[in-house]
Parts: sequence; C-alpha cells; structure tokens
Amino acid sequence: MDIGFLGQYVVNGLMLGMMYSLVAVGFTLFFGVLDIIKFSHGDVLMVGAFAGLTTFFGLEAIGIESAWIQLVTIVVVSCVLTGILGSMIGKYLVLPLKSAPALNTLLITLMAGTVLRECIRLFFPDGSNPKPFPSLLPSESYSWGNFTLRLDSLMLLIFGTLVIVAISLLINKTKLGLAIRAVAQDGETAKIMGINFTLVVIVTFAIGSGVAAIAGIMNGLYYNEINFDMGLLLGVIGFSAAIVGGLGNIYGAILGGFLFAGLQTFGAVALPFASAYKDVFAFAVIIMIMAWRPTGLIAERTSERV
Amino acid sequence: MQKTFRILTFLVMVCLVGSLLTTAALAKEKVKVAFIGPLTGGVSANGIGGRNSAQLAVNLRNADPSAKYEYEMISLDDECKPNIGVQVATKAAADKHVIAAATHYCSAVAMGAVGTYNKFGLPVIVWGAVLPDVTYGNDYKEVHRVNGTMINQNQVAAKFMRDMGYKTWVIIHDTTDYGKGHNTYFTKELEKVGGKILGRFGVTADQQDFTAELTKVKQLNPDVVYFGGLTNIGVRIRLQMEKLGVDAQFQGTSGIKSDAFLNTLGPLSEGALSFQEGAPIDKLPGGKYFTEQYDKAGFERGHEAYGPFAFAAMNLILDTIEDVGPNRKKVRKSLNKVNGYESIVGEISFDDHGQNKVAAITKYVGQDGKWVVWEDSEYGNGKRKLKKL
Repeated sequence: MDIGFLGQYVVNGLMLGMMYSLVAVGFTLFFGVLDIIKFSHGDVLMVGAFAGLTTFFGLEAIGIESAWIQLVTIVVVSCVLTGILGSMIGKYLVLPLKSAPALNTLLITLMAGTVLRECIRLFFPDGSNPKPFPSLLPSESYSWGNFTLRLDSLMLLIFGTLVIVAISLLINKTKLGLAIRAVAQDGETAKIMGINFTLVVIVTFAIGSGVAAIAGIMNGLYYNEINFDMGLLLGVIGFSAAIVGGLGNIYGAILGGFLFAGLQTFGAVALPFASAYKDVFAFAVIIMIMAWRPTGLIAERTSERV
Repeated sequence: MQKTFRILTFLVMVCLVGSLLTTAALAKEKVKVAFIGPLTGGVSANGIGGRNSAQLAVNLRNADPSAKYEYEMISLDDECKPNIGVQVATKAAADKHVIAAATHYCSAVAMGAVGTYNKFGLPVIVWGAVLPDVTYGNDYKEVHRVNGTMINQNQVAAKFMRDMGYKTWVIIHDTTDYGKGHNTYFTKELEKVGGKILGRFGVTADQQDFTAELTKVKQLNPDVVYFGGLTNIGVRIRLQMEKLGVDAQFQGTSGIKSDAFLNTLGPLSEGALSFQEGAPIDKLPGGKYFTEQYDKAGFERGHEAYGPFAFAAMNLILDTIEDVGPNRKKVRKSLNKVNGYESIVGEISFDDHGQNKVAAITKYVGQDGKWVVWEDSEYGNGKRKLKKL
C-alpha cells in the first residue's frame, strides 16, 4: 500500500481513537468510584455537543465573532453545563440506588439516556434532523503525496492528548485525585478517613461528564455535524473500550479506545469482505480479548481486604 | 281558494312526475370502485392527497354526460400499517360490487395486501408504494402500478450519468433493504450502459465515521461516489469526503432529497444529484389541467406529491370499466394489456408484472441551497459544471 494512504488511515484511526478514549475515560471513572455502569454517558456527550452548538448561536447573536473566543466559551460553557447534568444524574439517580443491585443503576441510567435523547429530538428546534456544527478551527491542510493532514485534525489530536494528560495529573497528583482514588479503592475506609464520600462521587461524575462534553464538541468540530442519536453508538463503543482496557483504570480506557478504533479502521480497509462488517469484526475481536483477559488488558489493582 | 290550491297541487304533481321520468330515462347503472391509502397517522397528508385526487377523478367522470356508468368511490384507511392494510384490502375485495381499486402509499402495506387481491380476484392499481417487489416479487395478474420504483430511478440515473460522460463509480450504500436495493439495481443498470464500479461499501444506517471507507475511495479515485441511503448519513459522507479531499461527483438517490440535506451541508450541497420518482406538478404532461381541477374542487388539503398518480390510477380504472364493463375479470385482462395509455403523469404501459415501464423520474441538482430540476438548473444549461467533467 502507498505510504501516503497508510499515513492517512493512521491519522483517521488516531482521531477516532481519541474520541473513543475520552468517552471510555468517563465510564472507567464512574466504575472506579461506585462500581456502577452509567449507560446515559453517550447521551450526556450528545447533550454536551448540543450545548456547545447553542452557545455558538448565543455568541453569534450577541455579536462575538472571533473564532478563538467562541471556541473557548463553547468548551467552557458546555463542560460546565454537562458537568452539572452529570453530577445531577449522579446525585439523584445513581447515589440513592447505591445499595440496590447494580442492575437497577444500569437500567435507570439507560432510561435517563433515552429521556435526554428524546428531549433533544423533540424540543431542540428541528431536532430530529442532523445539525451543522460550525467549523471554528483553521481549515488549512498540508499534503504530502496522498497524505493529507488537516490542521484542525492535528489541533484536535493535540487538545485531546492534553485533556487526557490533565485528567491523569488530576487523578495522580492532586488532593482531589487522592480522594477519588481512596474512594475507588475502599469507600468505607475513605469515609472513616474523613473524606466526603458523596462530594467526591458527585465531583467525579462532573469530571467524567465534562470530558464527555469535550468529546462531543470534538466530534462536532471534526465531522461538522451533530445529531440527537450520536451518543448511542459512541456510548456502546466507549463502554466496550473501557471494559477491554480494564474497567477502573484510565490508561486501560485510553488503550481500549485506540484499540477499538484501530480494529474498526483495519476492518474497513484491510479485510477482503465488505466494510459493512467492520463493527462485527471489531466487536468480535473485543469479545475474544474479553474471553482471554476477563479483567481487561490493564486490570484495576485489587486492594487487599482484611 | 280551495280551487287554486288544487290546481297548484296538480301542477306540482305534474312537475314531479315529469322530473322523475326524465331522471329514469337518464339513470345509469351504479358501479363501485375503491381507494385505499393512509388517511390517518404520520403519512396521512399523502394518503388524503391521494384520496382527494382519486375522488376528483370519480367526480369529473360522474359530471361527464357521456359516461356509461355512475361511479361511487369507497375510501378505506390502511393507516400505513400492514395488518390494517390486509383488513381493509379484504373488506374491499370481498365486496363483489367493488370492481377495481387504487391502492396503497406505503410499500410494507402493499406487500402485505397484494396476496389478498390475488385471492379475491380484485384488480388494483398501486398509486404510491415504491418498493419493486410490490409488482416484481409476485406473479399476481391483479396488481399494477402507475408510479415508478427504485428500478426506474436507477435506470434513469445510470443512463443520465453515463450520457454526461462519467466512467467510474464507487458505491456506498446502507445495509437496510432500501440501500441494498439501490446497490443491486444501480449496479445492474450501470452494467447495461457500460459504467465501471471500482468499489462497493456497505455501511450501517447510524454510522458516524466514514474516514476509513472514504480514504479507500480516495485511493480508488472514481469519477462519481454513488450513495444509496438516507439524508442523515448522506450528510456525513458528503462532509467527510470534503475533509479527506475526495474529489468526486456526489450522486444520491431519492433518499437524500430533503431540505435537511441542503440545510446541514450548506454550500457543500452544491452540485449534489438526486433522482426521484414522480415529478413536480408543473412538469407533468397534464399537471396544469390537474391543478386547475383540483383547485376548483375546493379540497381542504393539498394533493401532495403522489396525488397526480392516484388521479391517473383512478382515471385508468374508470376508462377501463367504461371500455369493458363492470366485470372484475374483464377489467383485469384489459389492465394487463395497457400500452401507451395517455394520462396526466405521462404515458402508461404495463409490463408483464403490471409495472408501468415509462414511469416519470425527475433529476434534481443542489443549486444555491435548493433542489432544482436538472433541466431548469444552471448545471443543466451549462452555466455551472459538475465535478470531474
């Protein structure tokens, strides 16, 4: 294969993997602190993207036209709103069911996701049709033979990497991160040590949802189009990525995200049969990996309990 | 006083008897025909438009003094649901007084109901459903159709594109029946006119990322990207083609001919092609006559896109009954042989499956944020150029 096209596939796969990873990080954070699966995560991401779009309309309406100011405002507003939404889901839907079977949490978040999705579809103006997302990033592109690198893709990749580094620093280097890790390891003991359990859980939900909003906006900026059911498949893929990487471990989630994107790209390009089966192929490989390593590629460190 | 009253009564009686006698002399045999379509539910606008148009055909016929029979149209609601469709089809078909019917807008309903017409021997003309299998999936002699199918659509599309000078294609289609059907029929038609298909990609109907497929398309470097599917992923594919620098003409099907496609893509929708069964009313041969009559009749709702087809179907039924008499078998035999029948939607000729061979298909091109009929567009008259020409 031509080296240029190979490079193109790699960049496409990296971009896709970055978005999957950001979604998977959320899943893994929630599982870490509460051992629950929050299935509304994909739809929270979609709300984030729509919040970004609405902010953009708002800024246009009051006459702010600098793309950079718009971009920063969109990211901040959307992250904050989505963070609030996520923490509310955590506080009012997930925490009250803490001692109920995990299945209940799974169901209630699944339903919450459907409510969010249908709300956008019904109440956002003309919500059932795809919406154009503004391209705020510079659209220059550089070509080397058959390889085209767009400046906006490169910027999104760098930004995504920064977000992941920031999350990792937050978890590993700050007091808040210490608290999150303590709660993740043993909630009861953490409480005894004077950590505000509820607050830590809610903050974790806010962080995870904020990251989802960033993934949503990246999605919008990259594809220039968002729609009300974009979160559905992203949610499932992000969840699979988190599982295959090892639930509860952020590096596992990131690895899982890139792995899934790689499999999809490989499935679409290199397999002799039609690309219609690329998802079948990717999910089948994931199933095999899960059979081989049930706890994921990088498993959560199990704490020793006395 | 009483005398005057008697004379008056007498005069009234004379008048009454006289008028009765004249009516008796003019009275015609009553013949029942049926209309079936979705009159309630999400697509009821199309159903009601069709019903009104069919009713218009019946009314005009009844107003015509040279008509041999007096027609009564019963209209039934299939709700665009297959189970209800079979019920009402049975109701119409089991009524021996109903000689023929114009039926169905929804393909799934038509698919369910055609067996019933065959069983009861009721000749029908489909006025709106587009799935090829409604006529081609069976050998029922009772079933005919005036509107085109995706087969006609792709026939026109393949020939048109080849005549424009395009040589190579890549097909992207969604993996629903709709997308797969387009893939099959377009391939078949393109082979007939000598186009070459370099690659074929099936995609799921909710896919977001097409960069892998499109990078491969870029590698194959076709003249045209043919897309068989609906607006939502059509938009994504067109956008991502641009991002990856895939420089090919974008050719869609009826599935992308929506305002959402144009609005979401903005300037990128420029030059996108779409093909659709039917035609804007002013492009139909009898369009002007039909709109005039429809407006005069004062219906509350519009006739919608398929109204003219319902009108043509009902008119064909009435003409056939006039010709061979109110007898189902005779009507069926006569309908099977329809060839070169002049109607408001153009010439109608049924093939051996009862499908109209010369169905109207219109070519549309995206121009300045609107779908413009090709012949009227700046692309059609050479002011603007499609890609790779």
